[in-house]
Amino acid sequence: MSLWLTQHQQPLKLVIGRMRNNLMATLLMFCVIGVTLCLPAILYTVVDNLSRLTGGVESKPQISLFLKLDASNKTEIEAQLKKHADIASFEFVSKDDAWSKMQQDKNTADAAASLEKNPLPDAFYITPKKVSPDNMARLQEEMQKWDGVELAQVDANWVKRLDTILKLGKKAVFVLVVLLGFALITVIGNTIRLQIMTQREEIEVSKLIGATNPFIRRPFLYAGVLYGLGGGLAALLILTLVTLLFNFSVAEIADLYASNFRLHLPNGSSILVLLASATGLGWLGSYFAVNRTLAQFENL
Amino acid sequence: MIKFDQVSKRYPGNYETLKRISFEIEQGDLVFVTGASGAGKSTLLKLIAGLERPTSGTVLINNQNVSQLKAAAIPYLRRQFGLIFQDHKLLYDRNCYENVVLPLNINGIIGEDAAKRVRAALDKVGLLDKEKAMPITLSGGEQQRLAIARAVVSRPAFLIADEPTGNLDENYAAEILEFLYAFQQVGVTVIIASHEAPKHLPPEIASSIKVLHLQHGELV
Repeated sequence: MSLWLTQHQQPLKLVIGRMRNNLMATLLMFCVIGVTLCLPAILYTVVDNLSRLTGGVESKPQISLFLKLDASNKTEIEAQLKKHADIASFEFVSKDDAWSKMQQDKNTADAAASLEKNPLPDAFYITPKKVSPDNMARLQEEMQKWDGVELAQVDANWVKRLDTILKLGKKAVFVLVVLLGFALITVIGNTIRLQIMTQREEIEVSKLIGATNPFIRRPFLYAGVLYGLGGGLAALLILTLVTLLFNFSVAEIADLYASNFRLHLPNGSSILVLLASATGLGWLGSYFAVNRTLAQFENL
Repeated sequence: MIKFDQVSKRYPGNYETLKRISFEIEQGDLVFVTGASGAGKSTLLKLIAGLERPTSGTVLINNQNVSQLKAAAIPYLRRQFGLIFQDHKLLYDRNCYENVVLPLNINGIIGEDAAKRVRAALDKVGLLDKEKAMPITLSGGEQQRLAIARAVVSRPAFLIADEPTGNLDENYAAEILEFLYAFQQVGVTVIIASHEAPKHLPPEIASSIKVLHLQHGELV
């Protein structure tokens, strides 16, 4: 146990010492990784906040349930709606009410006058508990099958549209993460490869006097991990600053719409994911570089 | 104990550097490997220290067959040897102390334990007051003494020196050899490669030395 601790403490100290000696280069490396990582992180923050926005809209989308003209089971449908778990509230508008409204409304009075008798059906206007497009679609499909229902119609197509855009946004985040992740592995790998080259002599001597491969690898792997971690922290800092900066403008726009919407700062789990993936990428980059470069020393 | 049995070494695209060499070295021997440049001295030392594997024949080190060792076991074999090179192979980006502590770190010894042993080794070669100095500021003889300190700090059973005095003038050379003899006196097996065996040897040493003379890759 203490040997294991020594084996890891020692290269870690060595690497931190080296990084301190080349402070400028190390900080620049952190910046490069940080900027690269914060691009998908910012996009993610935007997408995440927009999807939060759909959850908090005030004019909730409704489902309109038009009954058949000859439907006689109005009370049954009403009872069914009452005990349905997914429905928050509903409102009944009878065909007579709708007809008189249509006749009184200036815009539709002419059209109503040209009709001989009331063409309108009885209708329920339903507000579901969850307004997610999936849920809305499911409810609509279910109600369409009910006896006496002519048409169940979802009023708010914009929810669906926004959701589609958000899905696109999420895909864009994913693509960015993959591409930039690959770039980071390459950048970190190349840095580690250069470090191995400058320490060529030390590696050769160490191998001559009995250093094992893991002993030689460890400092470079730690260097990769620390680059990743430092870059992750830099990305977090940039992301926080950008979010705060954006929030000034977002607040102005939101105030115009009488909303108190603000961009949320990254929460605990997204901070953890960001740091963990940065560290992981750093490890991966150095792992590839170390294995490929040290193969040249294998014949010693 | 080191035992060579019909050992040959051929490098790719090259003639045989060593041809069917057989000999035995006992624990505590003082061995000179002599011969002209290109006779195969360095190759022989590399085979002994596990830096190369033989093309044919068997190399036994403490009854371990080097040819049959797995790659992962080679570093542990190498730790039994203290190596001294003609060109020192010191690390010039770290000070004397850090150069000497390297083998101990490789063995997982750090902290106060390591510091004590490093100072003891530096003291033995007379460089205790230079522990903070960078190797480049030392004279050629001092650099070679530093290399000896690094070779002995982990108390190896074998000390192998490849032309340790090749770059030094006579006075320094005699001094370096004295250090090496001293380790043989305390039971370390010392193997030295040089053009020829030294003419002036202390009487207590002269009786116990062994000479392996190489000519064109063969023992004569």
